[in-house]
Amino acid sequence: MKNKELKKLAYELRQDTVDIIMAGGGGHIGGDMSIMEILVELYFDQMNISPENQNDSDRDLFVLSKGHSVEAYYSVLAKKGFFPLQEVKDQFSKFGSPYIGHPNNKLPGIEMNSGSLGHGLPVCVGMAMAGKRDGRDYRVYTVMGDGELAEGSIWEAAMAAHQYHLDNLCAVIDRNHLQISGNTEDVMGHENLHDRFASFGWHVIDVSDGNDIDALQKAFIEAKNTKNQPTVIIANTIKGKGSPVMENKASWHHHVPSQEEYATIMADLKKREEAV
Amino acid sequence: MTADKNTVANRKVICDVLLEHAKMDKQITVLCSDSRGSASMTPFADAYPDQFVEMGIAEQDLVSVAAGMAHCGKKPYAFSPACFLSTRSYEQCKIDVAYSHTNVKLIGISGGISYGALGMSHHSAQDIAAMSAIPGMRVYLPSDRFQTKKLMEHLLQDKEPAYVRVGRNPVGDIYDEKNCPFTMDQAVILQEGSDVTLIACGEMVKKAVDAAEILAKEGISASVIDMYCVKPLDKKAVVEAAQNTKLVVTVEEHAPFGGLGSMVSQVVAAECSKKVINIALPDAPVITGNSQEVFAYYGMDGEGIAKSARQALFAE
Repeated sequence: MKNKELKKLAYELRQDTVDIIMAGGGGHIGGDMSIMEILVELYFDQMNISPENQNDSDRDLFVLSKGHSVEAYYSVLAKKGFFPLQEVKDQFSKFGSPYIGHPNNKLPGIEMNSGSLGHGLPVCVGMAMAGKRDGRDYRVYTVMGDGELAEGSIWEAAMAAHQYHLDNLCAVIDRNHLQISGNTEDVMGHENLHDRFASFGWHVIDVSDGNDIDALQKAFIEAKNTKNQPTVIIANTIKGKGSPVMENKASWHHHVPSQEEYATIMADLKKREEAV
Repeated sequence: MTADKNTVANRKVICDVLLEHAKMDKQITVLCSDSRGSASMTPFADAYPDQFVEMGIAEQDLVSVAAGMAHCGKKPYAFSPACFLSTRSYEQCKIDVAYSHTNVKLIGISGGISYGALGMSHHSAQDIAAMSAIPGMRVYLPSDRFQTKKLMEHLLQDKEPAYVRVGRNPVGDIYDEKNCPFTMDQAVILQEGSDVTLIACGEMVKKAVDAAEILAKEGISASVIDMYCVKPLDKKAVVEAAQNTKLVVTVEEHAPFGGLGSMVSQVVAAECSKKVINIALPDAPVITGNSQEVFAYYGMDGEGIAKSARQALFAE
């Protein structure tokens, strides 16, 4: 897929994501919107993963550490063909549904359950370590929120990833500067995030526009070419990316749009898709 | 089935079983949290460095990394003192192991009050309750070295999560090389009696056997059940023994809530109207002392158990 198509796809999948949230009457729309280009670039360009190879031992592995962005994840996995989008829309958050509000690994395409923060990176360290020990060439990816970085378990894993030279591991931080209570720097600051990870022995790549497919693509290629140490990509994203109604607003962390807001958001997303 | 002076701790037995199988099965992986010495796993780390992972003092990471490895086909055994494994990394056990359904065997070493005078930080008197409350988590407390070996050999064959708790010190033998009946998830009926049923797990099984001997001398006939499989609890064994005796006594190296006593009481209350008394550690930091001193103080040795059983029987 060419980058222009990936960029369009990100806006198309944002519309699917908003539809899933509307259908289920809940979700985490702000973070869904901020990670969309990261997921699209991973699933449609970087990763060796598809419904056909989902049981292969050499497939690339992904864990959504910020599990609350599951609606974006569902829309991407549906587009990849792991399950039908209509099924997600019909069942999301409904009684007895497998499409719950955080990743559920009983569904095809989802490797691990998440939801509580600070689990994705350590689990991925285990996956990367197993790959190294078995001589496999798969890569392991996780996406974490910036608010999530206050979890101590992240830093336990950061130490281990460096200790074991896990260059098959690439973590992405969805650096949108907002979390449920407000600005991340007011809640629990991450000043010098680059230096923090660098001091833990990681290769750190700053992407100034984390919603830019071209920049993300370059970063993931650099990560693949980095040897002997794990890579973290600090993707500076916009929470609620796609419509001025919700962009950069902490109150949209898990706001469900009204019908009026829905119409505006969908129109904005369509416009941006067409403008690519 | 007699007691003798055993000098081999159950943790050492676990190491021996894994050493034996790791030679053939290269997916067996041992993870420690700066705990290889206390886990008796140094010989394993030395013999199979490629199948050993040192995580440092990071119990949360220990369990999550084990889960990630299991997801990729490894057979991880995560070792840490039971006090840390069952509380510091509880959420990792719940989510990354049980919920994500990864084949991780969690080995809680130096469980209960094994660490004696080190204080409440190092005691795990809540691990049975905590681990049993997690859907999909099995909980085993083997009683002696022979049963520990049998249990580990069975766990090596399955792909389900499990928590195993063993003590720090050698415990007297319940079984011997030739006589160690073992069926996975079935309690072992050590003896059948008509007055009282003693149900114990882990190190307390030996104490229950001692109590039964004391009671026998007084003409009180006791059944003794080794409930190494606390979860899934062998309900059939509980009900049958309860029906055939007047009183059920549970004994566990654990807090008085949510452990073996609570589970047995639930079953007996639902299935037959017999009195149940629970012998356990107090709902308080335990008194300072080595484990034998502490057991005696709280009436958890043979004499103490016999006394409680006798009193409850005569009160009937």
